[in-house]
Amino acid sequence: MKILVCLKRVVDYNVRIRVKPDASGVVTDGVKMSINPFDEIALEEALRIREAGDAQEVIALSIGDADCQQQLRTGLAMGADRAILVGTDTAIEPLTAARAILEIIKREEPGLVILGKQAIDDDCNQTGQMLAALWDRPQATFASKLQLAGDKATITREVDAGLEQIEVDLPAVITTDLRLNEPRYVKLPDIMKAKKKPLESLSLGELGVTETLGLQIEDYASPPERAKGIMVGDVTELLSTLRDKDLIG
Amino acid sequence: MSKVLILAEHDGSALNASTAKCVSCAADMGSDSIDIAVLAAQTDGIAAEAAALTGVTQVLSVERPENAAPLAAVIAPQLVALAADYDYVLAPSTTFGKDVLPRAAALAGVPQVSDIMEVAGPRRFKRPIYAGNAIITVSVPEGSKIFATVRIASSRAAPAANEAAPITAADINASLPAHTRFVGLQAGGGDRPDLQTARRVVSGGRALGSSDNFDLIYGLADKLAAGVGASRAAVDAGYVPNDMQVGQTGKIIAPDLYLAFGISGAIQHLTGIKDAGTIVAVNKDPDAPIFEVADIGLVGDLFEVIPEIERALGG
Repeated sequence: MKILVCLKRVVDYNVRIRVKPDASGVVTDGVKMSINPFDEIALEEALRIREAGDAQEVIALSIGDADCQQQLRTGLAMGADRAILVGTDTAIEPLTAARAILEIIKREEPGLVILGKQAIDDDCNQTGQMLAALWDRPQATFASKLQLAGDKATITREVDAGLEQIEVDLPAVITTDLRLNEPRYVKLPDIMKAKKKPLESLSLGELGVTETLGLQIEDYASPPERAKGIMVGDVTELLSTLRDKDLIG
Repeated sequence: MSKVLILAEHDGSALNASTAKCVSCAADMGSDSIDIAVLAAQTDGIAAEAAALTGVTQVLSVERPENAAPLAAVIAPQLVALAADYDYVLAPSTTFGKDVLPRAAALAGVPQVSDIMEVAGPRRFKRPIYAGNAIITVSVPEGSKIFATVRIASSRAAPAANEAAPITAADINASLPAHTRFVGLQAGGGDRPDLQTARRVVSGGRALGSSDNFDLIYGLADKLAAGVGASRAAVDAGYVPNDMQVGQTGKIIAPDLYLAFGISGAIQHLTGIKDAGTIVAVNKDPDAPIFEVADIGLVGDLFEVIPEIERALGG
């Protein structure tokens, strides 16, 4: 079985996000970029499945400009066998990404596609579900546990009400939640080895995917700031402040 | 004429409060009619609750045994079949809505607007990105059906109406897949107020140190009739179940009063509480980032502060 893992290049989660003064976007110049943390968990899960002998090959896929090669090389250093970059210079929305991934699926025929439940830049939480719809296959979103048994998988999902278990037939799309695993650290020799692993580049156009004009972003704004708070000295003062605001009896 | 269809969220017997919030978001869109789709194995009680919300025009009831569990692969094709004559299709931005709606949008071949926090016009919406550190205004071109999830912390709940809307049984001709099967649900919560709708929430962090020590948080919450939340660190450490996590990847909440004990205030956590009315933070570390957003801060040891609060509150 092959596993396809999708890696999105995003602003690193430790970076403090600032909106550009002209409201045209957020500042990304000179900012550290990384693999979307949820996608890193997706890759880790795929590698563990391969290491357990349930898959033979892990393919890392990214969609974006040439800089995404950095994240794909990191993915190869973590242990992916090969990488595919679908090139596009414009930001694409989840539906277009899902269409592109579907074209790669038709070529590679993976048994599992694993990706993050959301990207920490646009926080859309859509691509996996959309892909599963277009592919007409099961989806198991927000996975915190994945167990394979032949051509089936049982997934524990983190939902608002608790932990839900579902069983799906493979092939299927899995999206990862934070507690699925803890991704491994990349070692220096692996970074060297990763340079020799195959990285194929092709364009959205070559896949026959056209970008549809969907949602248009009109402007970016900073969130409203909360008014400055106060510090109280003890519990008595805390409770009297809360009583003054009529928040406790 | 613009028509809105809302996908009801429920637990099989009762309507989830997030649905009423979608109704008020739909009202903000200036729509001419607001219908609610209830897909369940038994719809009666849920449909009656939906029909009793102010602003609802009609409830569409789809009763099938396959709808016993909230499986996206099963719900989405039915929703798309129902959505044919609608301009907007809304679902709450809960794990249920997030799971189902993108699948439905893709089946319908249209993009989705996630997490509407404000309606800026009939086809213009504000939504948070980068964990709420930036807000974008997005517009959807004319001629395209709009699929969107509603950020429930940003919407008020539609109140009960004087007169109930009619309930219609809808017949759907959609073939449903058998490739996805529900196994079970291990519910985390107890009898406490639901975290996402509670007016008061007491939350604990890693500083609690153990699952047993979390009893302190539960005890105070019960005294205040509050829901209980936790930071990611406390969930990761196994002190509490995952459904209590508040933050970017957990629950986004907007209680009137949020009390955070031993939570340092990672930016991902703060995202989840930005809409709270009053944030109280108690932490031993005077430099904890939570104090930057707290309305009332107290530097102190939660193991001393909580019992002191309880004594002061009495009985």
